[in-house]
Amino acid sequence: MAGSNPNAKPMDLTLKVWRQKDRNSPGQMVTYPLKGISPDMSFLEMLDVLNEDLLRKGEEPIAFDHDCREGICGMCSLFINGRAHGPERGTTTCQLHMRHFSHGETITIEPWRAAAFPVHKDLIVDRSAFDRIQQAGGYVSVNTGGVPDANEIPIPKSIADKAFDAATCIGCGACVAACKNASAMLFVSAKVSQLAMLPQGKTERKTRAENMVAQMDIEGFGACTNTGACAAECPVGISLENIAMLNREYMGAKLTSENVAS
Amino acid sequence: MNWFTKTFSSTIGRKVIMSITGLFLCSFLVIHLIGNFQLFKDDGGLAFNVYSEFMGHNPIIRTLEIVLLLGFVFHIYDAFVLTRRNKTARPVEYANTRPSENSTWSSRNMGLLGTVILVFLIIHLYNFFWRARFGDIPADADGVENLYMVVVESFQQWWYVLLYVVAMAALAFHLIHGFQSAFQTLGLTHKKYTPFIQAFGYAFSVLICLGFAIMPLYFFFFF
Repeated sequence: MAGSNPNAKPMDLTLKVWRQKDRNSPGQMVTYPLKGISPDMSFLEMLDVLNEDLLRKGEEPIAFDHDCREGICGMCSLFINGRAHGPERGTTTCQLHMRHFSHGETITIEPWRAAAFPVHKDLIVDRSAFDRIQQAGGYVSVNTGGVPDANEIPIPKSIADKAFDAATCIGCGACVAACKNASAMLFVSAKVSQLAMLPQGKTERKTRAENMVAQMDIEGFGACTNTGACAAECPVGISLENIAMLNREYMGAKLTSENVAS
Repeated sequence: MNWFTKTFSSTIGRKVIMSITGLFLCSFLVIHLIGNFQLFKDDGGLAFNVYSEFMGHNPIIRTLEIVLLLGFVFHIYDAFVLTRRNKTARPVEYANTRPSENSTWSSRNMGLLGTVILVFLIIHLYNFFWRARFGDIPADADGVENLYMVVVESFQQWWYVLLYVVAMAALAFHLIHGFQSAFQTLGLTHKKYTPFIQAFGYAFSVLICLGFAIMPLYFFFFF
């Protein structure tokens, strides 16, 4: 395989994994010894190996979320050795490789912990709270009709770049997992500022900020303490500037919108 | 709920209250420190006693005292409400967590630091404010209530000096995070000004708390 290191020695590991039958059952950490793991494997491939072992023994495999395994879909999660998406910065769990761990190491693997992200099973959490926040305003309403010409609306390059940086949020929930308050501010701020910066999004900016923050609070996420843990652990590097912008958008909307009822 | 109560009971609204009251309380620290520097004047406390007499009786100061009290009340109340919310936002703790990899200690312990400051504040108010306002303090050579003597006597006790120094250390760490955090919460960030706000906040926190901590140490070691 291209890029693999033939000299890399296989590793023996001890895994401590959160196992939980379903949402209503209590869970616990279970220890699994694992032998002969290649440093070239990704973290999820290592879990695949363990699951095949478990299947052969007739045990229930460990449930974990994954999809593209290319670091762009936001499906994978896992709180590895006390860090969201593991010890490497700017990396999703699927792009984390076993060479960052050492032979004989004990690795703890836990699901995202938040009241708003209840555990479905083992390491899988229900992140539909994020979907409901998006549905509350994380979109641009477009009238039907002819397709407008590309570049018809002038947007400065610097603004387009900032909006794009915010739009790289993959909604994985690492920000919530890393935050001591389980706050979703970085996620919501990325979604709000991405659209608030662009002309197409400006028409609905007030209702968007009001409704998305209201939904965020309803879902039971914590408040922001500006610790910066979210941005430090974000696999795509969403900046804290977005949270400052959300604060501006929200207070500006609350103080000037026509909505007096709520 | 109408829009006003809804706004200021949202997580962001409560944080905005925290930041505005926090910065207001910072301005109080500056005034309090500058006034108290009169303790170092070599006149046996006459100037300090005149100053404290003025602070206790001037109607404008007495009105601002109520505003100051409200600043503390809102800051502490919202801190309490938000902390409770934040605790319930993560009902199951991680078995293994390494927060020092992604955030500073003071940013994660604002509640603890604030509690230390609150305990200090209660003792501090009882010892000076309460006695100056409601106690019976003998007059100095100019016939003014001699609060200066109360200060000197208080800071002869080692445990009292220690309490002050520990509280000022807690306040310094509280402000190192809190000062710049307030601007972030208010959305006041800018490439040009944020680095200055952060550097100024750090210097402000250290210098103000150092200024206060010097007072008990001065009276303990030089009187």
